[in-house]
Amino acid sequence: MRVVVDKNSCQDHGQCVFAAPGVFRLDDQGHLEHLTDADEAVREEVEDAADVCPMQAIRIED
Amino acid sequence: MAGPVLVVGASLGGLRAAEQLRAAGWRGPVSVVGDEPHMPYNRPPLSKEALVGAAPFASLAFTPRSHAADVRWLLGHRVAAVRLRDGVAVLDDGAELGFAALVAATGLRPRRLRCPGPAGPASGRHVLRTLTDARALRAELLRPGIRLVVVGAGFIGCEVASAAVRSGVREVVVVDPEPLPMLRPLGELLARALLRLHRAHGVRFRLGEGVAAFEGDGRVTGVVLDGGQVLAADVVVECVGAVPNTEWLAHNGLDLSDGVLTDGQLRMGGLPDAYAVGDVARFPDLRHGGLPRRVEHWSMPGDSARHAGRALAARLAGTDAGLAPFAPLPSFWSDQHGIRIQAFGAPELGTGDVRVLDGDIDGDVVAGYHAGGRLVGVVALGGPGTAAAAARHRARLLRLPLSPSPEEHRP
Repeated sequence: MRVVVDKNSCQDHGQCVFAAPGVFRLDDQGHLEHLTDADEAVREEVEDAADVCPMQAIRIED
Repeated sequence: MAGPVLVVGASLGGLRAAEQLRAAGWRGPVSVVGDEPHMPYNRPPLSKEALVGAAPFASLAFTPRSHAADVRWLLGHRVAAVRLRDGVAVLDDGAELGFAALVAATGLRPRRLRCPGPAGPASGRHVLRTLTDARALRAELLRPGIRLVVVGAGFIGCEVASAAVRSGVREVVVVDPEPLPMLRPLGELLARALLRLHRAHGVRFRLGEGVAAFEGDGRVTGVVLDGGQVLAADVVVECVGAVPNTEWLAHNGLDLSDGVLTDGQLRMGGLPDAYAVGDVARFPDLRHGGLPRRVEHWSMPGDSARHAGRALAARLAGTDAGLAPFAPLPSFWSDQHGIRIQAFGAPELGTGDVRVLDGDIDGDVVAGYHAGGRLVGVVALGGPGTAAAAARHRARLLRLPLSPSPEEHRP
């Protein structure tokens, strides 16, 4: 499962980190980092992360 | 039970409720009715990026989850009335829709000022809630040399003032009867910092004053304050709160005194197949004492629809989802003059005891809000990294014990 974040839209709100901590994290400066390839087992978490993104910047590509 | 699920309200809460029903395995028909002509879209940018032209309005539409592709959308229709016990909804054109279960997601509408003076669509008096509202306001902000008066110094009013400055409006005045902007959600310490920020960007304030009337013949030319003074104005934005859309739920024996009262599972009036989600729902707030509250932040529609969608899908399948009562940790943010405000929890319940947790009030700051000596909310205000700074305290809020639900109080 490919996880795509539109970096032009992303504003480092970090809500995705709470929803899918294994896939998203904020670095020391508070900027978002994420896995681009995530395990199928965390699909529901990544879907939740996409839902709660205030900028709707997260997309899952199968 | 195979009948359709009717979702009333086609914004974020309605969309997420439909998606969560599918995610939880409900394969039967789902219809969503909404009065706006648009598919669901993201509202927060309407007072931020989209209002300054940094995000096209067309980019705000949500992308529904693929498994919800067969949800039926009835847009441009309002549910005028409902008979919950009979499973019948009546649309504004008189058509009747039957349902086996219903989700109320009708949200809020802007409160309007009731005072003498010009009114109506061409009066220059605006509100900001919908895409249509935002497009109209954006067009006005681009007119050269306008003088803008914002009535109300809450979230929307402060964001509109900031967006107007960024759009090149030189005269922006914010009027509010309260002594400071965003005083109720942020408390005095951060409200003062916010006032300094706005003033540094040229926004003027008339605080401690209300609006008595509007001047103008057909179109507004001035705002008359309580004290009689007149502020010249070409455009006015009324940001004075919002009213829950619950009229259609009348005559079902529900408590509609402020939104619609639900139980801890978000069910209305003790009915097993009628739920409310989003900012129209007044649910027992177990995280903060158990008294029922409505929460108007963006996180609520998603959180409540996730809960209600799962509970309802299980009910329709004849099982019990076994969900603990709904107990969200709210969060909100605001962007003003390039500064982010990020909050977790319920700072509005702890404005009487605010302590600086990190940083200092003249720069990037994180403040803790306490009730009865307990931390109930955190708010960070500052530049890049603000959200992360607030998030570092989020876990402490999640550790607070929940109050017993009202059901558990019963003998």
